[in-house]
Amino acid sequence: MIIRINKLEKSWLVLIFAVALVIITGCSSQSTTTPTGDEPSGFFSIIGSNTVTPLTSVWAEEFMKMYPKVNIAVSGPGSGAGIAALINGTTDICQASRTIKQQEIDQAKANGVEPYEIQVATDALSVVVNPSNPISELTIVQLSAIYTNQITNWKEVGGNDAPIVAIARDTNSGTHVFFKEHVVQMLGLSSEDKSLEYGTKVLMLPSTEEGVSEVARNPNAIFYPGLGYLTSEVKPLAIKKTADSPGVLPSIETALDGTYPVARPLLYYTNGIPTGILKDFIDYCLSSEGQAKVTEVGYVPLK
Amino acid sequence: MLEQASKATTTMSLKKGLQRRWRLGEKFIESWIFLAGVLTIVVLLGIIALLLKEGLPIFLDTPPWEFFFGTKWYPVSEPPTFGIMPFFVATLWVTLVATAISVPIGVACAAYLAEVAPAKVRETVKPIIEILAGIPSVVMGFIGLMLLSPLVQSAFNLNTGLSGLTAGVMLSLMSLPIIISVSEDALRAVPSDFRQAAYALGATKWETIRHVSIPGALSGVTAAIMLGVGRAIGETMTVLMVAGGALAVPVSPTEPMMPMTAAIASGIGNAVRGGLQYQALFAIGLILFVVTLAVNLIADRVLERQKRKFSR
Repeated sequence: MIIRINKLEKSWLVLIFAVALVIITGCSSQSTTTPTGDEPSGFFSIIGSNTVTPLTSVWAEEFMKMYPKVNIAVSGPGSGAGIAALINGTTDICQASRTIKQQEIDQAKANGVEPYEIQVATDALSVVVNPSNPISELTIVQLSAIYTNQITNWKEVGGNDAPIVAIARDTNSGTHVFFKEHVVQMLGLSSEDKSLEYGTKVLMLPSTEEGVSEVARNPNAIFYPGLGYLTSEVKPLAIKKTADSPGVLPSIETALDGTYPVARPLLYYTNGIPTGILKDFIDYCLSSEGQAKVTEVGYVPLK
Repeated sequence: MLEQASKATTTMSLKKGLQRRWRLGEKFIESWIFLAGVLTIVVLLGIIALLLKEGLPIFLDTPPWEFFFGTKWYPVSEPPTFGIMPFFVATLWVTLVATAISVPIGVACAAYLAEVAPAKVRETVKPIIEILAGIPSVVMGFIGLMLLSPLVQSAFNLNTGLSGLTAGVMLSLMSLPIIISVSEDALRAVPSDFRQAAYALGATKWETIRHVSIPGALSGVTAAIMLGVGRAIGETMTVLMVAGGALAVPVSPTEPMMPMTAAIASGIGNAVRGGLQYQALFAIGLILFVVTLAVNLIADRVLERQKRKFSR
């Protein structure tokens, strides 16, 4: 009797293993591309920057409208998450709002992944406050002091006597890293200091939308969304590179002519030079048609 | 005679065949249940092994002392620093607030349902409370973000409504159903002779609840509270959305903070498999697992004692 139970157990174990195997193999997401035919078809995923997500979503929708056999999954947990997914082989395209770090390139190569960079648009990283806040411009040095908690009251930068609620994105975000390097650590300024970090009183929020809605609600809050996330409920600040230079408001024009100090590239990374359906998609993004969508979403086109 | 005998043998063989088939079916189900039981143990051991394998290597880079008592968490800096004190204290605050709110309300509600409420009321209210337990945590987070956080901000005159207090209040709503449901069961398990005796001695309803029912069900109520606390410690989505996520060690519950679960959730997407941040997050997971396991084990022990008390 015992033997019979054991036999039964074995057959059940085999069955469970078989089911698990099917599930595991079914889950590994890799682009399935049909051989080059007349019409592109297949599935691929784009993971990464929360900032680039609105733009990628529009492109993906348009592309899927043009080619109904194509299926694109877009998600925006953050640039770091996207790059990690590219390294781990769980995404086909990584969207990023910062450039890949040398350390990440090394990790990718160790995993047999060759990151290939394509700039798809430009963003003017805007700094926003509540419309009731009288402040209209800040220097990068002041912003750095606010985000390192050295300045904690608006009156220290010429505003009301009220505490500053500094809001940042969490560490998944490319915007978090870009802002840290270019504003908190003041990259390229004479006061550049690579040892500076976000202050511990800074709120780290999981999405850009949450930050914008908190600023819309909170008269003392300050946050840094991408240009595409600006709404009428928040007020963008003019940024002064140094105390003597003029304040520049974020806009497509000021980002294009290079006068806005915190503009940055929005990037796609693929494993090696894109081919097949991925190439078709990226070609569409870079076409004049695709770049027209960039302006619609609120970012800055390449040309 | 002969006919009868043959008839008897056919029924006998039929019976035997049926019996054999039934036995086979039973064997099948028996082994299926056995496997299901083994599977849960295998999965649990697998999770523990994974947490240990992925989490422990961080201590080669950051000594345990610095990891537990360090107050700086900069995982994406060069070089990274991993100190989880802010997260640990944040979890303590949030759980404390949630417990302080949910225990008095939960136990009182359970006492009402078990001792005071007419059967009709109890039969309507209890399912409704159980529905409350089924509300997805992301919905709770959304409600906290949109309704509660502006309220908390103006009520306590804070800089921002995204704080440990807001998260604690939302968590208390989520652990309430568990506390009410389990303590109500415990209260109803107290034999009615106890109550009858109290009434016979001239005790009022309140005196009976206060001095007979609740002391009688104390271990069950304690277990309910522990289960509620366990829920509050492990909850992730709500605290990620409403706790504010600041990295300072919080000195008061009204500050924005980042509990351990939120720290794992907000960092894991960014962590490359096998990297230092990945290991550090797994180590936090390990700590969280040990804490909730301890809470649940205590609850289990206490519940067991309650059962033994009344199984005369």
